Amino acid sequence: MTKEEIYPRLTEIFRDVFDDESLVATPEMTASDVKEWDSVNHITLMVAIEEEFGVKFKTAEVEKMKNVGQMVEHIEEKTA
Amino acid sequence: MELSWLPEQEGWSDSLRALGALPAAEVAASLRELATSRLDFLKATKLDRAFQKALAEHGTLPGLEALRLAILGSATTGHLTAGIRLAGLRRGLAIEIYEGPYGMYRQELMDIGSGLHRFKPEALLLALDARHLVGEGASADAALDLMQTCWQQAKTSFSCQVLQQTVMPVFPLLLGNNESRLLHSPAAILADINHKLRAASEAEGVDLLALDQFVVDAGLAQWHDPAIWHRSKHEVHPRATQLYGDQVARLLAAARGRSSKCLVLDLDNTLWGGVIGDDGLEGIVLGQGSGAGEAFVEFQRYALALSERGVILAVCSKNDEVNALSPFEKHPEMVLKRSHIACFTANWTDKATNLRHIAKTLNIGIDSLVFADDNPVERALIRRELPMVAVPEMPEDPAGYVSVVSAAGYFEGLRLTAEDRLRSEQYQANAERTRLMETATDMGSYLDSLRMTLFARPFDSLGLARITQLINKTNQFNLTTQRLTEAEVAERMNDPRCVTLQVRLTDRFGDNGVIAILIARIQQKEAVIETWLMSCRVLGRKVEEACLNLLAELCAAQGAEHLIGIYKPTEKNGMVREMYANLGFELVSEQGDGVTQWTLPLAKFTPRAVPMQIDAPEFVAQ
Repeated sequence: MTKEEIYPRLTEIFRDVFDDESLVATPEMTASDVKEWDSVNHITLMVAIEEEFGVKFKTAEVEKMKNVGQMVEHIEEKTA
Repeated sequence: MELSWLPEQEGWSDSLRALGALPAAEVAASLRELATSRLDFLKATKLDRAFQKALAEHGTLPGLEALRLAILGSATTGHLTAGIRLAGLRRGLAIEIYEGPYGMYRQELMDIGSGLHRFKPEALLLALDARHLVGEGASADAALDLMQTCWQQAKTSFSCQVLQQTVMPVFPLLLGNNESRLLHSPAAILADINHKLRAASEAEGVDLLALDQFVVDAGLAQWHDPAIWHRSKHEVHPRATQLYGDQVARLLAAARGRSSKCLVLDLDNTLWGGVIGDDGLEGIVLGQGSGAGEAFVEFQRYALALSERGVILAVCSKNDEVNALSPFEKHPEMVLKRSHIACFTANWTDKATNLRHIAKTLNIGIDSLVFADDNPVERALIRRELPMVAVPEMPEDPAGYVSVVSAAGYFEGLRLTAEDRLRSEQYQANAERTRLMETATDMGSYLDSLRMTLFARPFDSLGLARITQLINKTNQFNLTTQRLTEAEVAERMNDPRCVTLQVRLTDRFGDNGVIAILIARIQQKEAVIETWLMSCRVLGRKVEEACLNLLAELCAAQGAEHLIGIYKPTEKNGMVREMYANLGFELVSEQGDGVTQWTLPLAKFTPRAVPMQIDAPEFVAQ
């Protein structure tokens, strides 16, 4: 799956999880950019992404993710 | 890990979006419908958010019973709340949840200044994770002691229902199949804790949330992901939170009398394969010889086992009754017999009508029915017509019937009494009695069977609008047809020389609302009844006699020696021309315009026997 295909689907998930129809997933985005992105919602987000794309992140990958862009790299890699 | 018994709802997202525009009265019903569909955890998050928003906006939602639940845990519990709230919603409960601060469950219980103590829970869930309970040097007895201390503190402080989560079996086996031989193995200790919890919880009146059993049912991988545990200390996988929440809500609902009571079964393709009316006794698929036939037998066995523990069974089938009965009477493989079925309806009337009839005959709420039918059209009809009836989504293969109905947990029970076993027989007997009563002509026993309670109160400001409305619209059962404004009604309410009565009547079919209004004015030794009216729907139930008993007692207490009745004829009130005569009043005078005046000496009055309970606390005080 290409980044161009991943971002729109990610945006949908972000909107559902964070209850904000104006959100658009961007590579630079981090948790501090989204008001509702707390620890509970973070787990919801990760599980939702794993289910949507049929992937599983490794613990070390999750820990090193600095922003949405890096997350998308992993998704792209795993769905290639 | 889905709620397999709930249907997929078409247009779910549209209905969710439409919530905001609904009036408060419709919001609860719509939310409940949205919650009664198959939810993944993302949908659940959205719905819970909408639910919380609606509660914040409307204060309370009509039709939902409020309940305060505290969750005390040793690890992350924040992701559990949405599933619990939605499962409550599914059962008509608006559950407000207090979460103790992370890991601080002992402090919260002990410190009377804690948030928990301010919250005053009506139910408390103790959710302790496996690694917390079975750490270094742990023993089952120490873990039990810890939990029992918490139970006692909770019970002493709040007198609330206490729910204890059993311990999730997350540990690897060290020895293997015979793990219990290795006394210090975490898995063995954990199994021992769960075993000991069964007896301890029953002895102390604590209700278990059998997390270990859920894991057996679905597999540990469905319930627990070590990666998520390591990352954020979520012991229950987010995917499993809907099921977890439903299990919690079952326990809460069961303690509040909200478990279902009756399993209503369709016949063709539900209890046997095929159509009895077309295929005949020999043609239906049931019993040995085919996999499907055995699956139907298994489902019947399950229904019978439920019946033996107190669940009522009923039949609702579109069939000629003779055909529908024949397998029960003649088919050798039938596990269920006619005598197991408390109410048997086989006809061509629509099933919503039949379900209403079943609830009425069994004298249980229609919301305590579970309707099992293989036909999706019938299920959709009932969901639409009777949203309070539980309708499991039966799978196409009868081999799955048992697991779907049992997974739904409709009949969750907490305490088993000898009465549980008797109840089914009693209901059958009552149903038989009701059937007889419906054909009987004996009015006395019919009235007794209605189980009426009459609630009498003086006028109060809360009731003013309804009282005024009745005074101004009642034409037929109205002795004087005296119309009054709300201000005039209020004057009488506040006048110490006026005796006022507003009368409500309930019966086994429900509440009839305010159905009679009386006003008597005390003038020296006479109490003049200036208004006496009644709603016609309670005619013939001896409500007049009961009202007279109360009025006589009340007026005598005010010093009156006679009740004075007046009848003023109108075009519409001919039906009460003889009421005072029938109640034992003596005629005093009759004027040219037909107005009659009546008197009843209170010294000679003895209260009439009436077929109802009287609830009139205000009058007892006098």
